[in-house]
Amino acid sequence: MTSPELDLDGIIDDSGTRIVVCCGSGGVGKTTTAAALGLRAAERGRNVVVLTVDPARRLAQSMGLTSLDNTPRKVAGADGELFAMMLDMKRTFDEIIEAHADPERARQILTNPFYQSLSSSFSGTQEYMAMEKLGQLRRSGEWDLIIVDTPPSRSALDFLDAPERLGRFLDGKLIRLLMAPAKAGGRSAFKILNAGFGLVAGVLTKVLGAQVLKDIQTFVSALDAVFGGFRQRAEQTYKLLQAPGTAFIVVATPERDAMREASYFVERLAEERMPLAGLVINRVHRSPAPDLSAARSTAAAEDLESRGEHELTAAVLRLHAGRMQLAAREHREQEHFASAHPTVPVTQVPAMSQDVHDLDGLREIGELLAKR
Amino acid sequence: MTGKGGTGKTTVAAALALALAAGGRKVLLVEVEGRQGIAQVFDLPPLPYEERKIAVAPGGGDVHALAIDPEEAMLEYLEMFYGLKRMGKALTKMGVVDFATTIAPGLRDVLVTGKTSEAVRRRDRTGKRVYDTVVMDAPPTGRVTRFLNVTQEVAGLARVGPVRTHADMVRGVVASPETAVHFVTLLEEMPVQETLDGVAELRAAKLPVGGIFINMVRSVDPTLDGPFDVAELAMGVKAAGLGDDGNAAVIAEALAGEVTEQQRRAELERTERDALETAAVPRYELPLLADGADLAGLYELAEAIRTQGAA
Repeated sequence: MTSPELDLDGIIDDSGTRIVVCCGSGGVGKTTTAAALGLRAAERGRNVVVLTVDPARRLAQSMGLTSLDNTPRKVAGADGELFAMMLDMKRTFDEIIEAHADPERARQILTNPFYQSLSSSFSGTQEYMAMEKLGQLRRSGEWDLIIVDTPPSRSALDFLDAPERLGRFLDGKLIRLLMAPAKAGGRSAFKILNAGFGLVAGVLTKVLGAQVLKDIQTFVSALDAVFGGFRQRAEQTYKLLQAPGTAFIVVATPERDAMREASYFVERLAEERMPLAGLVINRVHRSPAPDLSAARSTAAAEDLESRGEHELTAAVLRLHAGRMQLAAREHREQEHFASAHPTVPVTQVPAMSQDVHDLDGLREIGELLAKR
Repeated sequence: MTGKGGTGKTTVAAALALALAAGGRKVLLVEVEGRQGIAQVFDLPPLPYEERKIAVAPGGGDVHALAIDPEEAMLEYLEMFYGLKRMGKALTKMGVVDFATTIAPGLRDVLVTGKTSEAVRRRDRTGKRVYDTVVMDAPPTGRVTRFLNVTQEVAGLARVGPVRTHADMVRGVVASPETAVHFVTLLEEMPVQETLDGVAELRAAKLPVGGIFINMVRSVDPTLDGPFDVAELAMGVKAAGLGDDGNAAVIAEALAGEVTEQQRRAELERTERDALETAAVPRYELPLLADGADLAGLYELAEAIRTQGAA
């Protein structure tokens, strides 16, 4: 079973492609793939911004990103219009507040202790802000291609779920309960609620403490007065992702866990009707002598060893056998994927002996990604 | 046990649990991120929120496993500390549980580390600890300090009050000399850099750093270390009956490419090993498993952990 080939040049060259989302489990080279695709697209004439969430230091340096200032910066040395930015989730959140609230109310929200932990916590905020920033970049119209890598979540799918979850919370029953005192003029309004609400409020006070509850209430009422449509914003971003101008690229390595995660992701994207472009498999091991099988190589090494001859050759043959075994195992993982998802296009990038340090390295990865 | 994504953190955590249980001890292996990684490693159906025996260690010890679900942990917490079990349904319906476990900053982590701490401290009727050791498959290196630094995490949410008290109890367990935070890495640049950063962060947060487990180490014949002669290789290829005069040279040339690549990688691995040495913590090496990390491979890794004295 062989997968169809993924034509990445076709995707980045198509002016209809406006957003590329790189997703996959941790440590598979998502950010590198996003950066390499961005550079390649820019050098092929697109006006590109790469939005990255948490790049490794050297990779960030390779794109000239030294500070995390939440603004796209032009990448020097790229032969085209390439911009890159690192997401600062707290600043992104602050900017939403500042853009939508009058200065006094903005100050109230920004100094609220609950807001401060919410805006810098990792549980969902990072995913939400990545999607928010993506929406902002798209609306600005300054770039005709936005390439984004997804946050290193505990599950690769969090970025799809988190905005919806935050929206659900902010529009939900709990919030209405918490806002009730403010609406009743700040007096102890839990009394006027029905018994169920009162009970829950009682539990919250008991577990969280009265001060925390008060912080949350102040935050929520200030926020609500500013804009009620958190869920609406989340839905907009979600629709943007479903639109035909978006291409999802699932990134994996040819190992069991990463491929399993990739399969899961492919299924989930289909369920959510998100446009999947294909799968990139990074770090594929190949051999320059593919015709010499592991079994034959091992047998030959054993033969030489038993004769006590050609020690060097025997060692080389053993090395080669190991390499071929690894390649075979990786091949099996890819075949599993292909038989489960026969229509998903795939491209492979061979394993490199070194990590990427500079634009030349990214350019090389870009070449390999596009090679068919 | 922490480590960058892709380094085999869950596999090594499982092998460490087996190694620690060897010889008749009882170990709990805990998973905190809802990925069902333990079930996959041991080739089992998904684990429920319930401690159950999943493996027998060499020499007769038991490994139990628990996949912590933050929602369940929250309901259990409410019951244990406030006797509020029946409230669970109402709270779930109101979105309180959803809020606490997914949105409220830090609360999720406190619930998860709290449940783990409870298992660490749990004693049977005779006052003996129920588990000799608890091994946690923790979040990846980039997030682990934040995850374990619970007091700091809930500081914004709760300066005083019950959540804070609970967080302080957890901190007591996590920061105690009985705890060790181990790192899993590969001999590659990014995981090594993250490991060094992680060690520094943990130290800054005054959390106990354990050792570094270097995973998937390839053993290479030292014969291949130095410069070598392709012509000699070609003769060997011919002697082994793999080619005649014509193509033995071609095969040797291709194989030589593999050796050069191997040497370049060995050189990089030396650099990364040196870098890891600067962390000044114990290092353990785990072999690359030819057939991947299957159940037999886990026991092989457990053995390697034991012979190196990490368990």
